[in-house]
Amino acid sequence: MKRRERENTQVTPAGGVPTQRGSADVVAELDDLRVWFPTSAGVVRAVDGVSLQVRRGETLGLVGESGSGKSTTGLALLRLVDPTTGSVRVAGQDVTGWSRRQLRALRRRVAMVFQDPQASLDPRRTVGSSIAEPLIVHRLVDGGAARRHRVEELLDMVGLRRDLADRHPHELSGGQRQRVGIARALAGEPDLIVLDEPIASLDLSVQAQIMNLLRRLQRELGLTYLFIAHDLAAVEHMSDRMAVMYLGRIVESGTPTQIWREPAHPYTAALLSAIPVADPKVERERRRVILRGDIPSPVDPPGGCRFRTRCPQARPDCAETDPAFVEVATGHRAACLYAGEAVRAMRVS
Amino acid sequence: MSAPTAHRSEGQLRRALSALRHDPLALTGTAVLVLLVVVGVAGPWLAPAGINDVDVDRMLQPPSWAHPFGTDELGRDVLSRVMVAARVSLQVGAVSVGIALLAGVTLGLFAGYYRGWLDNLLMRCMDVLFAFPVLLLAVAIVAVLGPGLLTAMIAIGVVYTPIFARVTRAGVLSVREQVFVRAAVSIGASDLRIMRRHVLPNIAAPLIVQTSLSLAFAILSEAALSFLGLGVQPPAPAWGRMLYDGRGFVTDAWWLGVFPGAAIFLTVLAFNLVGDALRDVLDPRQLTVNEARRSTG
Amino acid sequence: MSDAAVLAVSDLTVTIGTRRGPARAVAGVDWSVRAGETLALVGESGSGKSMSVLAATGLAPRAARVTGSVRLLDADFTALPADRRRRMRGRHVGFVFQDPMTSLNPVLTVGRQVAEAGEEHLGLTRRASRARAVELLDLVGIPSAAQRVDAYPHQFSGGMRQRVVIAMALACEPDLLIADEPTTALDVTTQAQIVELVADLQRRLGTAVVWITHDLGVVAGIADTVAVMYAGRIVEQGPVDAVFGRPGHPYTSALLAARPDPGGGGGDLVTIAGAPPSPLALPAGCAFWPRCPVRSDARCEHELPPLVGVSPAHHVRTFYPQRTDGEGHEAS
Repeated sequence: MKRRERENTQVTPAGGVPTQRGSADVVAELDDLRVWFPTSAGVVRAVDGVSLQVRRGETLGLVGESGSGKSTTGLALLRLVDPTTGSVRVAGQDVTGWSRRQLRALRRRVAMVFQDPQASLDPRRTVGSSIAEPLIVHRLVDGGAARRHRVEELLDMVGLRRDLADRHPHELSGGQRQRVGIARALAGEPDLIVLDEPIASLDLSVQAQIMNLLRRLQRELGLTYLFIAHDLAAVEHMSDRMAVMYLGRIVESGTPTQIWREPAHPYTAALLSAIPVADPKVERERRRVILRGDIPSPVDPPGGCRFRTRCPQARPDCAETDPAFVEVATGHRAACLYAGEAVRAMRVS
Repeated sequence: MSAPTAHRSEGQLRRALSALRHDPLALTGTAVLVLLVVVGVAGPWLAPAGINDVDVDRMLQPPSWAHPFGTDELGRDVLSRVMVAARVSLQVGAVSVGIALLAGVTLGLFAGYYRGWLDNLLMRCMDVLFAFPVLLLAVAIVAVLGPGLLTAMIAIGVVYTPIFARVTRAGVLSVREQVFVRAAVSIGASDLRIMRRHVLPNIAAPLIVQTSLSLAFAILSEAALSFLGLGVQPPAPAWGRMLYDGRGFVTDAWWLGVFPGAAIFLTVLAFNLVGDALRDVLDPRQLTVNEARRSTG
Repeated sequence: MSDAAVLAVSDLTVTIGTRRGPARAVAGVDWSVRAGETLALVGESGSGKSMSVLAATGLAPRAARVTGSVRLLDADFTALPADRRRRMRGRHVGFVFQDPMTSLNPVLTVGRQVAEAGEEHLGLTRRASRARAVELLDLVGIPSAAQRVDAYPHQFSGGMRQRVVIAMALACEPDLLIADEPTTALDVTTQAQIVELVADLQRRLGTAVVWITHDLGVVAGIADTVAVMYAGRIVEQGPVDAVFGRPGHPYTSALLAARPDPGGGGGDLVTIAGAPPSPLALPAGCAFWPRCPVRSDARCEHELPPLVGVSPAHHVRTFYPQRTDGEGHEAS
């Protein structure tokens, strides 16, 4: 199935090193985005200065733990939350200040796949009706028969039997439901698909199936993904480039290989060392970096480097200077005053 | 009223009906309601005698084979009058709850979906209505509009609007937080579409229960209004009016008050039984098979 | 480390009555755990791993019918009356469940909740149990335990709450700690902290631990013995090195292969098609047959393969007991 041509997608690529995969054509961009939520306990700085670009045809991975702001970043890209400051650009247009009505047209170009496939499907509607919704809302197909046909096409694409279109979500398994969510995201032929923890609620064996499906669809349809997850191994597997978030900021970005082999930021190193490996011998012999304490409150992040309160290599000047996001190798950046050096020290100690 | 969870579908309705079949109280209630509807619709034709057949010779006769409910002070057959009055009660009940449903659900839907100043405004208006005792408010409205069938319907409809608004709003507040609503927003569906296709169907359950219970109260309110002479006017029969007329004859001609009273009682009871049974069946805590499976993992 | 089992389960079967008929959640399961040792029960959702433990400790739902025998500390647990079972369980078994948010009562202080167990089963006075609570909170790594003992659950983070739950579980110095997916809801760095904590506590207190999880990486890190469950039955069981190093059952191999290997190539993952069967309609033969990539013995479809020993203490549910590497070939 051929993808239709996209118009109006030219954008001056922001200062950034071109990567091996994906053209320089930027599909979506965040510039110094901040999303702050006022609460009774204070202002929660969920996203506090995030800049990123998603290039056409690539998968950009965003990994972080709870409180990192990664999900909010994804929601901001769809304008499902309002940015406090900073800008959101999609398909070359600055959508930061758009009204709800204007945004409805945008919604076709950026689609979302949610974490809990059961919760993201209306339990009272059939699966086919949920998949058809973008087609109806954006008037993409004419008439019930054509719509039905397109729904069946989409079901085929995600590996589901056509007769499932008349079932309700609760009659399907978790993996099937997530395939439906993906089919729905594909229905509008979007420029970008944001996947927010798409495999976290699924069984292990099903996670692998879904990851394979996503990769196949990307190859066949030339899709662009923003893949958000807390599972570092999955993000590394799926992404062409990735970024690690901590407390509302990106602390490191680069290719999965760079991040896996030579992490430059101590948090990334700690994250990597915390991933359990399914090999008892390795587990017995490894020495983990165990972070002390808890993630600080996003209402009052630590001054200077945000990570210094838990960093095993924190030095005195970490409390004074907020590290800039600097390049440590081609295409590899980290926000640490002692990038690289601190990680090496951690591994020795 | 408990808010619905997002784990239900058309299969729920089938299960609801099957559960109702097995509950003896619900069955009784449903039987009475069916009887009520039949009598209400076909009353004038089923009634053995005319409701206005005045026959002074036969006045105040106790129940007999000829007149199973006896005759009243004008010689009219009480059974026939009770049967025809059922129609009035049904009409008032259905129309007034219909008004309350339409108005209340609309208000609750917008208030709950948009929140903010609209929510405040609408809910404070509902609070004002809530503050008045039901009957007092109904009487006031009828006093303004003049007594009669239509005004009784309007009055009761207005009086029961706030409860529907509140139940709807509570359901909307919980459903709008669900991920599938956010998913619909992310697709670009308009607010009206989301309210119509996603929110409303998912709050149907508490609304159904509330409708059933409100029907009971509406009929009771109609009886009260006609007791006070503010409902449908004589000589048209109404249960409440018949109660009023019968109150002077409690010792001498007990059948004048007892039969209409029993009719009111049974009808209200039937609606309550059915409403309670529906509420039990539509309760979100019912386990579906998938949930049972998950709990065995 | 004594050789006697702290908890030994034998031929445990759990059938749950549902509206659509009986659902067999657990079928003929045997496992045991010794003092100072950790047993990991691994499986996906619906495998019966949680239910087998709940049934073994007498916490199965009322609609469940449990058969088989359970010995707790050498007493016939299933034969005891309900009240004795409750007291024995409270005194000797500590539980840690998945969700730290709902495991704690939001209106009681943390200290109260930890102390409660001590008062109930050890007969301590208020003051003594409070002192013990501070001790326990300190033991599980809560900073400034003496001040935090009067804090409420919502004032703690997820990881800290789970530590409080562990403290509650340890209040009576139990012989057995049962952890049901204790780190699934936590971040991976917090998970690492909790895993380290439990291992450390086990070393110090000699507690037996049953750890239920679907995460094979966690299992590799904490378990001494593993039992892999599928559709209510154990399909492979044995020392962790043996099961991970030479998996005998295709399901175990498939689970191991399904994890993306960071630093590995970016190729597609090996998957198992299909999904686990519903507990309402389990086949007579091997439940994994419809999805099995090996299928080297036609008997598997209609006949349940027995658990056979492929090496000391390592059992696999298979018809071909020669040493296999999970792919139906004889390993060298």
